[in-house]
Amino acid sequence: MKIVPLLLFAIIAFGVPVFAARHNEYPVSTPPLTEGIFPCSNCHAGMEVNAKKRELKDEHANIKLHHAENDRWCLDCHNPTDRDKLKLANGDKIQFTESHLLCGQCHGNIYRDWKVGIHGKRIGYFKGGERVYFLCVNCHNPHDPKFKSLKPEPPPIKPERKNGR
Amino acid sequence: MEAWIFFKKTIRMVFVGTKVYYLWCAFLLAIIGVAIAFYIKQLDAGLIVTNMKDQVSWGLYIGNFTYLVGVAAAAVLLVIPAYIYHFDPIKEIVVLGELLAASAIIMALMFVLADLGRPDRFWHIIPFIGILAFPDSLLAWDVIVLNGYLVLNTIVPIYILVKTYFGKEPVRKYVIPLVLLSIPWAVGIHTVTAFLYNGLAARPFWNASILAPRFLASAFCSGPAMALIIFQILRKTAGLKIKNEALFKVAELMAYAMFINLFLLGAELFKEYYSGTIHLAPMQYLFQGLHGHDSLVPWIQSAMVMNITAFLIFLIPATRKNLITLNIGSLLIIVGVWIEKGLGLIVPGFIPDPLGEIYEYLPNINEIAISLGIWAFGLFIFTLFMRIAIPIQRGDFSHSKYAHEAGRTQYERDQSIRKTSENS
Amino acid sequence: MEDRSQTRRDFMKMMSMGAMAALSLGSLSCTQARVEAFLQKHFREMTEAEKKEAIRRLEETYFRKYGKKFHISTQPADAAVLWGYGLDLSRCIGCRRCVYACVKENNQSRINPQLQWIRVVRLKDGSLINLENTEHYYNPEKVPEPGFQYMPVQCQHCENPPCVRVCPVHATWKEPDGIVVVDYNWCIGCRYCIAACPYKGRVFNWGEPNIPPEELNTEVHYLGNRPRMKNVVEKCTFCIQRVRNGRYPACVEACPTGARKFGNLLDPDSEIRYIIENKRVFRLKEDLNTEPKFYYFFSA
Repeated sequence: MKIVPLLLFAIIAFGVPVFAARHNEYPVSTPPLTEGIFPCSNCHAGMEVNAKKRELKDEHANIKLHHAENDRWCLDCHNPTDRDKLKLANGDKIQFTESHLLCGQCHGNIYRDWKVGIHGKRIGYFKGGERVYFLCVNCHNPHDPKFKSLKPEPPPIKPERKNGR
Repeated sequence: MEAWIFFKKTIRMVFVGTKVYYLWCAFLLAIIGVAIAFYIKQLDAGLIVTNMKDQVSWGLYIGNFTYLVGVAAAAVLLVIPAYIYHFDPIKEIVVLGELLAASAIIMALMFVLADLGRPDRFWHIIPFIGILAFPDSLLAWDVIVLNGYLVLNTIVPIYILVKTYFGKEPVRKYVIPLVLLSIPWAVGIHTVTAFLYNGLAARPFWNASILAPRFLASAFCSGPAMALIIFQILRKTAGLKIKNEALFKVAELMAYAMFINLFLLGAELFKEYYSGTIHLAPMQYLFQGLHGHDSLVPWIQSAMVMNITAFLIFLIPATRKNLITLNIGSLLIIVGVWIEKGLGLIVPGFIPDPLGEIYEYLPNINEIAISLGIWAFGLFIFTLFMRIAIPIQRGDFSHSKYAHEAGRTQYERDQSIRKTSENS
Repeated sequence: MEDRSQTRRDFMKMMSMGAMAALSLGSLSCTQARVEAFLQKHFREMTEAEKKEAIRRLEETYFRKYGKKFHISTQPADAAVLWGYGLDLSRCIGCRRCVYACVKENNQSRINPQLQWIRVVRLKDGSLINLENTEHYYNPEKVPEPGFQYMPVQCQHCENPPCVRVCPVHATWKEPDGIVVVDYNWCIGCRYCIAACPYKGRVFNWGEPNIPPEELNTEVHYLGNRPRMKNVVEKCTFCIQRVRNGRYPACVEACPTGARKFGNLLDPDSEIRYIIENKRVFRLKEDLNTEPKFYYFFSA
């Protein structure tokens, strides 16, 4: 099939390896986890659970929570016992590839739009091939979700009169 | 056989003439030569050598085209009184008027060709061979009516001239229907040309139903103005017999036409300025400048001064019936209407562009050179027409007389022409 | 004095260049390919065999010109499809990623002439539709800028396209799936369509297109992104070469905020149908009755 190389192309071009998350109802892309950090249980397995709000100094120092930080802390979303999973408000454990379920708990309107493909981004084939859904966290850092501003591509060249030649 | 001899004689005739004739032709040919060089450059590199851009995608060429269609249409102004009202002094210049129209149409078509990006694909527009999008495209309409008008305006004068050459009266039942047809046709070519712009909702500056009447009114100024000047030149140089009375009559008609032209422009200005919608922007750009861009303002201001001055000159009998002021007025109209209907009509249609961008177009040397070349070519064609038509009309070049004068050299004949013109 | 001799030299140079151009034109026109290309019929009047022949000739020409093997598709429209586009103005940040993705995918001339099918304009907050106040050349360090709104505009693929109506040779038409296309080999370069388009949806190859050969996209459609020639018009085709294969247009995939949406208007489950039925949409210059199939909307 022609689809496979094309999909590979899409993957390479956009740097988004597809997770084979069979249990997920959406063909989502890989969550943008920091390299070498997953599975979390590598470090957290034997660690004591500390639910206290604090500044993270030794590890995860790059994380400054700007996401309703007054009401929220790590373990509201990260599962305290099985660190390789996330946690919904009702206590259900979910995979990192299902994080949209977690986001959707609060952002219902946007989640509804995301499910029908209005919010967020899809690439690949919308028909006759594989389509990839971007997860919320592909565009929004879950710890600091505001979309970051970008350097724009150059403007077009302004037309100028010339005197000939 | 007779026709062949006539043809041979006309060919021979255009190659001989006075010193002024030679100089004039050499001058025109030199301009044409330069223009050809520039045109080859344009063909080679593409329209990128012009100052046109996606923002202003038509410029000097299409401006000239519009103006010249007007000049061609105005030939009817000379035809109507001659044939409908049997106004005799004008009758002499109808043939010349129609040949002027034919020359103007040739120029107009050449301007379209110069503007065409792919002249090599010209055959695509020829009906049956290519695909002419008739009746959807107004450009297709224009192709048809302009070429039809060209045929009409060459057939009639050639027929009359040939008949005259053989010393016969043109058969009225052939001529009159064709002449009558050419009147609505002239209105038609300019209306279609106006509709070409008028029909574009994307360009509010053109999308005003007053455009076609304005076109006709201004054409009935610029065309006859050009004719007045040319006929006087021919009267001096080629011994064309035209009475002042005829010139003054045309001038009077021009005064009315200019009044209507100015009135319609005023009506358009009122509507745009008083309602003050976003569609005012092109008008503002033309007359006042828009967001600091005002390169057309001096042009349109001088055009307005010229047109109003000329209107007054042609309105007042004393200045209308004075050849000096008459000529000043004619020149003012030729230039004034050219600005109003050329750059002043085409360019503001594109400014601001549909997404609000302003690119201030003015033609560059390539466009000016090619345009001058086309004008020179038109004048050259017209000169050759006149070289044949005037002697025929004067009776100097006729079937019987030519035989009689066959022994004389061309120079002697020209001398005698000059003498008769001085006497008249 | 110097100026004048300079002018004269330039003039002579031009004259000789002109003569050379005329000569080379003469000798080249003898080659069979040029004659065949010259006589090539309108795309819609070609038989299947003639289409094959035209494609073979084009692929040869492209190979000679760019040294690359092109694959030119003529895949026709699917009867059950009418394409529609959605653009979420509340998400567009004016970064122009779409513009450059489009240029690359569709083989637009990069510079001299520079052709771009998408124009992103910047408007002050609160004056969205008055296009007289647009800024096309904004270039800040970062977008979005506070106080501004961005609006990308490209061919709107009107149901009632004024550009198609005015073409004197039917070189442009609306395909059954709604895509307005151009036969680049039939266009005579009169630019009447540019004058008729209210959206600046069409651009002109004022000179020979310039594309670095290594950046060419060789997967092309005859009516879409195949390389063009000088002095013909071109425009957005919704990436006809992609969408007829079920892929999203390049601009949709390039948009970093996911503001661009695309789908089949005849499919009730499509993204575009959802937008029209559930969001507040508007179409540009609706008063002109062009019936665009390009829907701007606000998701927030």
